[in-house]
Amino acid sequence: MATPLSRGRLKIYLGYAAGVGKTYQMLEEAQDMKRQGRDVVIGYFEPHGRKDTISRTEGLEFVPRSKSEYRGTLFEEMDTGAILARRPEVCVVDEFPHSNIPGSAREKRWQDVQALLDTGIDVLTTMNIQHLESLNDQVCRITGVRVRETIPDWVMQQADQVVMVDLTPRALLNRLARGVVYPPDKAAEALKNFFQESTLVALRELALRQTAHEVEIRQVDYNSPGFQIAPEDGDVGDEPPRSQERILILVTPDPSTAMLIRRGKRVADYLHADCFAVAVQDDGTADESASAVERHLNFARNLHIEARLLGGHDVAKTVVEFARLNGVTQLFLARSSEGRWAAFGGRNLVQQVVRLARDMQVIIVADRSRQQSK
Amino acid sequence: MPTSTKRRTPEELLQQVQAEEAYEKRGRLKVFLGYASGVGKSFRMLDEGRRRAERGQDVLVGAVQPHRPPEIEALLSKLRVIPLRGADGTAVMDVDAILKRHPGVCLVDGLAYDNPPGSRNPSRWQDVDQLLDAGISVISSVNIQYIDELRERVSKITGKVVTQTVPARFLSSADEIVVVDAPPEMCIRTQDGEIDARANTQAQKLSELREIALLFAADVVDQQLEQYLQRNGITQTFGAQERIMVCITPRANAATMIASGRRNAERFHGDLTVAYVRQPEISADDQAALDRNLAIARDAKAHIEILDGEDPIDTILSFARDHGITQVFVGHSTHEHWWERVTGTPLDRLIRNANDIDVRVFPH
Repeated sequence: MATPLSRGRLKIYLGYAAGVGKTYQMLEEAQDMKRQGRDVVIGYFEPHGRKDTISRTEGLEFVPRSKSEYRGTLFEEMDTGAILARRPEVCVVDEFPHSNIPGSAREKRWQDVQALLDTGIDVLTTMNIQHLESLNDQVCRITGVRVRETIPDWVMQQADQVVMVDLTPRALLNRLARGVVYPPDKAAEALKNFFQESTLVALRELALRQTAHEVEIRQVDYNSPGFQIAPEDGDVGDEPPRSQERILILVTPDPSTAMLIRRGKRVADYLHADCFAVAVQDDGTADESASAVERHLNFARNLHIEARLLGGHDVAKTVVEFARLNGVTQLFLARSSEGRWAAFGGRNLVQQVVRLARDMQVIIVADRSRQQSK
Repeated sequence: MPTSTKRRTPEELLQQVQAEEAYEKRGRLKVFLGYASGVGKSFRMLDEGRRRAERGQDVLVGAVQPHRPPEIEALLSKLRVIPLRGADGTAVMDVDAILKRHPGVCLVDGLAYDNPPGSRNPSRWQDVDQLLDAGISVISSVNIQYIDELRERVSKITGKVVTQTVPARFLSSADEIVVVDAPPEMCIRTQDGEIDARANTQAQKLSELREIALLFAADVVDQQLEQYLQRNGITQTFGAQERIMVCITPRANAATMIASGRRNAERFHGDLTVAYVRQPEISADDQAALDRNLAIARDAKAHIEILDGEDPIDTILSFARDHGITQVFVGHSTHEHWWERVTGTPLDRLIRNANDIDVRVFPH
């Protein structure tokens, strides 16, 4: 069906925890496709010792994994080269957010998947909501765990389909207790930590809302309206229409910048706003803070945010002038964690920006990774 | 995990104990929620019944849809069924027979069916309520187009008006609600056999219904999380749902702020609150301006909160934390006193203290 030149289609099975049945459902679909006569292979499959799931791979062709040694241990990764050489119509790839071991052709499995899609191979894959980049801080707050393996939001947005694999937390906990998800010792450990009911419920809600969002943004393909505020009531302001909404993120050397970028981008995605990021630096600065800024700007670029370095001595003045010149309507910045709120005289960056940018919305972003002060 | 335990009054504790007792006696309700026919709700329901029966639970089928594809028939053959009773040509679930037989788990398809006049209850969901009261657990399925509160929105999309409905509160009271999700293409294939020229319009409609179903489930899950935390005496703010609080004063540029709050709430499918901290002495002009602003808030269908407290900033923040607010909207201060150049304005203090909440400052 697919012409050789067209890009492959990506389908993501989205869950909120191990054991909800993502891989199972993905394999069911792979079996269906095979029955319909499509050429399906398994590029990567993580059995986790789950019998039901393993049985769903029966009759499907496996492309053997590549083996390589790293620091004395043997690692197996998806053999993207071998899959490309095999050229199936459809490839099953478990655990989308996985990071490959150092020295692999690509750093991340999602980049391997991009390579497959580029050659016209359709891909079915699985991931949990915890691994979505823009939710990283919120997830950390819910679970207490900082997830390192993340998928940029634009990668998910480019998927043709995102399907929620839903299971109630109670059913999941039952599965865990029955030993379906993990072996007994690991299950007991999991129950103590991650698999607490309130944690699972919150993650599930995030997954449901994200899937709804993914469904909604794909409706743009069908017809364009639907972005205006409902006119029948509440039409009380004259906010600019969506296309004029422009978000600017102020990048600094502060470690909270990564969190700020994620939040700014997420809000921009939901508001359908343009989003860009700038940092301000004296020309010729070359110290630790300069390299931190460079790192943050690159992080923004990886999330598909246009990012730029401005020369200037006065950060607040430079960024606000830049914002005005570029029609920015919303300026996002973080609370500075260092040198904060000098008692007398000196104002910190947030205070300065808030005072200067009186003609636009200024958003001071919460520290979502930290526990709530109560 | 950020948790803290609230101290409760004896009355609250008693209420909790009574609620727990009633809850223990009642059967458990689990609902499979779908956005269209063909997503596989009934299959999931019966499949769960089969698995439970295989694990030794006493499972009985109370009602299934008249139209049954082969995979459903296959599942049914593995389960015990209490046949529907025919009354005036309409099939009715045999509640008496089920109550008498008293299974551990009863499977009931088509929660929204109306019963003919003279039946025990007007609707099937009320029959289910009765089974639950009798201590029988129920697994059921429903299509979102039959949820009373969603009926109008759904019929705008489908052009079809349904008369038989289930109230949303009944579904919110379920112990478990599961979304049966699938891409729209799957439903089209199941319904029409093949994707045709109408497919795009169809896909658009189904996609809108799918979004409604997912958000409905998310809201139910959100309520359940709150109930769970309450039952366990935990206050905990996760911020899975965006909750926006617009703080207004008589002089605030309230129209713009509320419109923006409303728009943000809609885009995030979140919640909008407009709050005013009562000021001790307020001129007639200011009172009139405030009333106008509150009217705007009402038009925007916001929750309105009039707060009392000595210190406006503390009052706003403590309300926000208690209610899981994720974004606070405030206006710029109109003027700055000379001493505030040194001590900072109230706005500065709000920003400084709201470290776990976004603060959005609006132009005046």
